[in-house]
Amino acid sequence: MKKIFSVLVLTLFIVACSSSDDTPTTPNGGESFDRAGMLRNLADNLIIPAYQDLSTKLNALGTSKDNFVATPNQTNLDALRSDWLTAYKAWQHVEMFNIGKAEEILYHFQMNIYPVSTTDVENNIANGNYDLTHPNNNDAVGFPALDYMLYGIAATDVDIIEKYDTNADASKYKNYLSDLIDQMKLLTQEVVSDWTTVYRDIFVAGTSNTATSAANKFVNDFIFYYEKGLRANKIGIPAGNFSTTPLPEKVEAFYNQEVSKELAIEALNAVQNVFNGTQFGGSATGESFKTYLTFLDRVELATMINNQFNTARGKIQELNANFYTQVNTDNTKMTQAYDALQAGVILLKVDMLQAFNISVDYVDADGD
Amino acid sequence: MNRFLTYIQQQTNAAPLAVFRVGFGVMMCYGIIRFWVHGWIESIYLDPKFHFSYYGFEWVQPIGEYTYLIFAICGLSALFVALGLKYRLAIVTFFLSFTYIELMEKTTYLNHYYFISILSFLMIFLPANATFSVDNLIRKKRYQHIPRWTIDAIKLLLGIVYFYAGLAKINSDWLFKAQPLKIWLPSKYDLPFIGNTLMQQDWFHYAMSWSGMLYDLCIPFLLLYRKTRLFAFALVVFFHVFTRVLFPIGMFPFVMIVGTLIFFDAGFHEKVIAFIKTILHRFLNINTTVIDTISTYKIAYTNFIIPLVVTFFTIQLLFPFRYLLYPGELFWTEQGYRFSWRVMLMEKMGNTTFKIIDKKTGAFFYVNNGDFLTPLQEKQMSFQPDFILEYAHYLGNHFTSQGHENVGVYVESYVALNGRLSQPFIDKNVDLYQQKESFKHKHWILPFNDEIKGF
Repeated sequence: MKKIFSVLVLTLFIVACSSSDDTPTTPNGGESFDRAGMLRNLADNLIIPAYQDLSTKLNALGTSKDNFVATPNQTNLDALRSDWLTAYKAWQHVEMFNIGKAEEILYHFQMNIYPVSTTDVENNIANGNYDLTHPNNNDAVGFPALDYMLYGIAATDVDIIEKYDTNADASKYKNYLSDLIDQMKLLTQEVVSDWTTVYRDIFVAGTSNTATSAANKFVNDFIFYYEKGLRANKIGIPAGNFSTTPLPEKVEAFYNQEVSKELAIEALNAVQNVFNGTQFGGSATGESFKTYLTFLDRVELATMINNQFNTARGKIQELNANFYTQVNTDNTKMTQAYDALQAGVILLKVDMLQAFNISVDYVDADGD
Repeated sequence: MNRFLTYIQQQTNAAPLAVFRVGFGVMMCYGIIRFWVHGWIESIYLDPKFHFSYYGFEWVQPIGEYTYLIFAICGLSALFVALGLKYRLAIVTFFLSFTYIELMEKTTYLNHYYFISILSFLMIFLPANATFSVDNLIRKKRYQHIPRWTIDAIKLLLGIVYFYAGLAKINSDWLFKAQPLKIWLPSKYDLPFIGNTLMQQDWFHYAMSWSGMLYDLCIPFLLLYRKTRLFAFALVVFFHVFTRVLFPIGMFPFVMIVGTLIFFDAGFHEKVIAFIKTILHRFLNINTTVIDTISTYKIAYTNFIIPLVVTFFTIQLLFPFRYLLYPGELFWTEQGYRFSWRVMLMEKMGNTTFKIIDKKTGAFFYVNNGDFLTPLQEKQMSFQPDFILEYAHYLGNHFTSQGHENVGVYVESYVALNGRLSQPFIDKNVDLYQQKESFKHKHWILPFNDEIKGF
């Protein structure tokens, strides 16, 4: 026994002497991070206000739709389109919050699945008999379907208005347009009221480090959205990063032809606001992933993540307002924007997740 | 040599090995049922499109719905082992079926599964059914004594597991950075009482690291000496229960707690047997009077078995050091990491994306790993070079068979180890489709930007 101990002590001594540069640091005073505070800030200052804002803007969209349906003319079409874009931008601030009621009712699958299937849309219109909530219709509803209805159903504005006005099927087009927007309003209202009545408290209380807790799910959802909804859907897929040839017709708001960049920038801003805990529509910040990393003594990582977001934004700013045009003229710039976003994936998914040591929701097996 | 031969002849009470056999069989049977009930047979062996294999064992694959049959056989044979019913056949069946299960999918590699495999292999050669077994009833004879080395062999194997696990903890990350406990413990904030207090304390992370290392190194010796044995066993129970609370390590803690009982005196085990017998007698009326009690059990084929067991242990002692044959940081390259009792030693995460290139035209696209791998597979693949290589070949074959031409498979991989910033892991200019798996050093693993000293 004695021998073993002396050998052991000697070994330790040698190791100790040879690694003097590893100075341990004390990141905190012994209290754990205020997760409830982070969830409270997210719920009260970011998520609920963003959903309420979307709801308001969808109501405005509903009003301008009513006007257009009553009087299909250029003025009303312009107003409708403008409200569509405003609501679409508001949507970019909630798309990552696929949690609670939104997850339960498959809200996200009914709001922004693109590219839209114009065949499905036209079939629905022709039949006049459809269940918009059906999974088969996920690519025939929501903002992308409106994109088609407002910009894509005919070549010129005059022809588009004609579809809703003098066309033999005008009433069918009007009905579909109405039903689409009413459905979006309805779904959004359901999510908002759930947040404001019951889910807010459940969310804030979900601080535990388990696969199903709100805190862990939120972190996972956030990263998933950044990787899939933002990086892949908006940039990577149209640029052909996942296919043998570029697929420019898969850009967001394809028929509008001039806002795919605006929407992508909006989405990136929303991501960065969540990361920094910046309140919706304001500049005050609260507990967030950033302060969590700071608490864990990983300020440098938080800074790197913000820098990477900024770099990616710079790359996206360089692109054409219409990604479709960008892919067809100079796709290299698209893939550069993708690479900048991808570098962010590494920092979030590898470094930040390791720092948080989140129990991931999809892995269910014993560890060593 | 003479001393060795005398040692081989020494006899000891057969009870401890019998109790060990019962405990082992019961826990393995429960372990198989637990695995089944969790739905892991389906999610780990049936759902994936493709399985990660051990080098040289690519032929070991799940066999569709019949995979359930392998588990059934494995669970049943464990039960037979516990009963001591057709023991030799049962333990051979258990060893083969359990090892087959583990070889089917590398993603689920755990040190304790490896431990079960080699332990069951060793048990094939031990007379664990000499007493307190159904075989005694069938053959109408039981044995009071068995060769002492058969019990010592199990003690030695347990000792190796602990001691090598302790050696592996003697490294600068573990001892002087308290990594990875510094990452793991604070995330246990929702434990009652200690979650928000101890788990967040810097000194506690160090205390846990150091005591964990000392525990692993010392426990085999503390268990061997009669005076410290009870204390040591209390430590074993405390340590394993505590780690079970902290980490999702399944059955392992209980296997070790029950396993270390073998260090106790025969008297203790005879009491255990007597206790189980009184319970059994309440339900069963077994006539044991017809059983002959024979004093000593003679092992057949000792000329074959002794050299085999000696070889087995020589390999066990040397194998964990094979990492010395490879250049680079072991934690980074993981060349020689497995099968070496490196348990809960590092926090490693990666993100690895594959690029399929037409090497003639230069056209490329990225692979969505989710199209081919389960989340668990993707997680494990992302930071282990042999996984990355095997998957690269799978992708290369897949896309070639889809009609893509001049396929090259390149990888962009970033890995973070023990809380360091992530850094590039694999040389992105190497076509992995052209690299072959072997025991040689994988030169396409990029060097680790830091140094970890120690074992």
